[in-house]
Amino acid sequence: MKKQLVIIGGGPAGLAAAVAAYDAGVRDMVVIEREEKAGGILKQCIHNGFGLTRFKESMTGPEYAQRFLDEVNARGIEIMTNTFVTGLGTDKKVTCMNESGVFTLEAGAVILAMGCRERSKGALNIAGTRPAGLFSAGTAQKYVNIYGYLPGKRVVILGSGDIGLIMARRMTLEGAKVECVCEIMEHSSGLRRNIAQCLDDFCIPLYLEHTIVEIKGKERVESVVIAQVDKEKQPIPGTEREIPCDTVLFSVGLIPENELTKETGLALDPHTKGCFVDENRETDVSGIFACGNVLHVHDLVDFVSEEAEVAGRAAAEYLINGDSEHVYIPTVAGENVGYVLPQRAGKGKDIKLYFRVRSAFRNAVIRVEAGEMVKTYKRIAVAPGEMENITIKAADFADAQSIRVSVTREA
Amino acid sequence: MKRNFVCIECPRGCELTAETTQNGVNVTGNFCPRGERYTEAEMTCPRRIVTSTVRLTDGRMLSVKTDGEVKKEDIFVVMQKIKKLHPTPPVCIGNILEEHISENINLIATGNA
Repeated sequence: MKKQLVIIGGGPAGLAAAVAAYDAGVRDMVVIEREEKAGGILKQCIHNGFGLTRFKESMTGPEYAQRFLDEVNARGIEIMTNTFVTGLGTDKKVTCMNESGVFTLEAGAVILAMGCRERSKGALNIAGTRPAGLFSAGTAQKYVNIYGYLPGKRVVILGSGDIGLIMARRMTLEGAKVECVCEIMEHSSGLRRNIAQCLDDFCIPLYLEHTIVEIKGKERVESVVIAQVDKEKQPIPGTEREIPCDTVLFSVGLIPENELTKETGLALDPHTKGCFVDENRETDVSGIFACGNVLHVHDLVDFVSEEAEVAGRAAAEYLINGDSEHVYIPTVAGENVGYVLPQRAGKGKDIKLYFRVRSAFRNAVIRVEAGEMVKTYKRIAVAPGEMENITIKAADFADAQSIRVSVTREA
Repeated sequence: MKRNFVCIECPRGCELTAETTQNGVNVTGNFCPRGERYTEAEMTCPRRIVTSTVRLTDGRMLSVKTDGEVKKEDIFVVMQKIKKLHPTPPVCIGNILEEHISENINLIATGNA
């Protein structure tokens, strides 16, 4: 079967990309979704705070997802649910599987929008048995919000990512006692507002530079031993403390879900763990685009939607007008910058650069260098958990060989 | 007297300082006027939107929220009321599931079922 555009993933990225592609003229398209319903992870993010940037109102995850679903449905865009993509070739043949069997879609263009998954690493390096009661924060969130089960009554959370913080509050509201959140770093990777409204509001302690060194219990978790860590992240002997609990949640980061992409043979950026893309979110293979958390993990869904629209419009442009010639220059992560996205910038168009700093500090100066052009931007505070963006005018890097972004402390 | 707050109004998370002077409360560190309002509320009567889920009569879960900010001290009272609710589908986003769940604030559906 032929399809002009195949979008893999019906979460916020896939839905926004579909709407943008439709509005740019594409009609023959399908969104492939492995779950029963589209909406992605937003379905279980029942808390509010979504959409402030985009819609200037505070929405819950399901409400935000529904806005886009309504747009998709209003355009009559097909969503194929309960369907799993098992293969993608550089020839843009998409192999799918569902109840009716295995079939191949020959696509003119493909948008990767598979989102991300939770890192499980936190659980692997801890000594002890493997009793029941160990969950990733997102799994616990699904149990509580989608299935209506409380996974435990006395909880310790390892890692202070946003999902962990949100779950600390959620389980507290549902009657569980959250003993503490342990964060191995000297700062939380979650948003400051989530520490305030999810931990401080309920007097849940956040132990920075702490980790779990042992999990006790045979059938079910009975307690954990936590300890302070030194600068090398090694537990400091003598600081161990045992905390009785029946549940441990891990919120130790997210990684783009690129198993499919790897099979396709697309190169992945070791920093973002996603594809290398240009300003159109087009990957190394022309006609294959990527957007949302599969490309790099975002902290705000508003930016996922924005990025997906870029990819959706670009895919439409590719399908309608064919591949255009580009002159690219690389973007470079300089001092204190973890990564810059997109990794290459096409000349002749303004470019919005997204980047993350490596460590948190106040009174920061962002410095963008492109050939002769040097621009600086001040920020009151920057943190690795909060993605920054800067737009550079096409004229400002017309003669440059690269665009370098660095962040320093104000002198 | 100085008090510090982290504004929860948006993802920016401004770090606010509120200083009580003879002329009232002086707020610094806020990027926008919402920070001032937030600080004022935090110092007098802190309030929060409550989000949760209810079990429908068909067994599925439905996400819900209060359509206004509930007094912080009333959050658990609201939660107790939410747990007793079992609406019958169909339910649409925005439908009121319980009027005046706290003061004049209603509980509304945030999903379709």
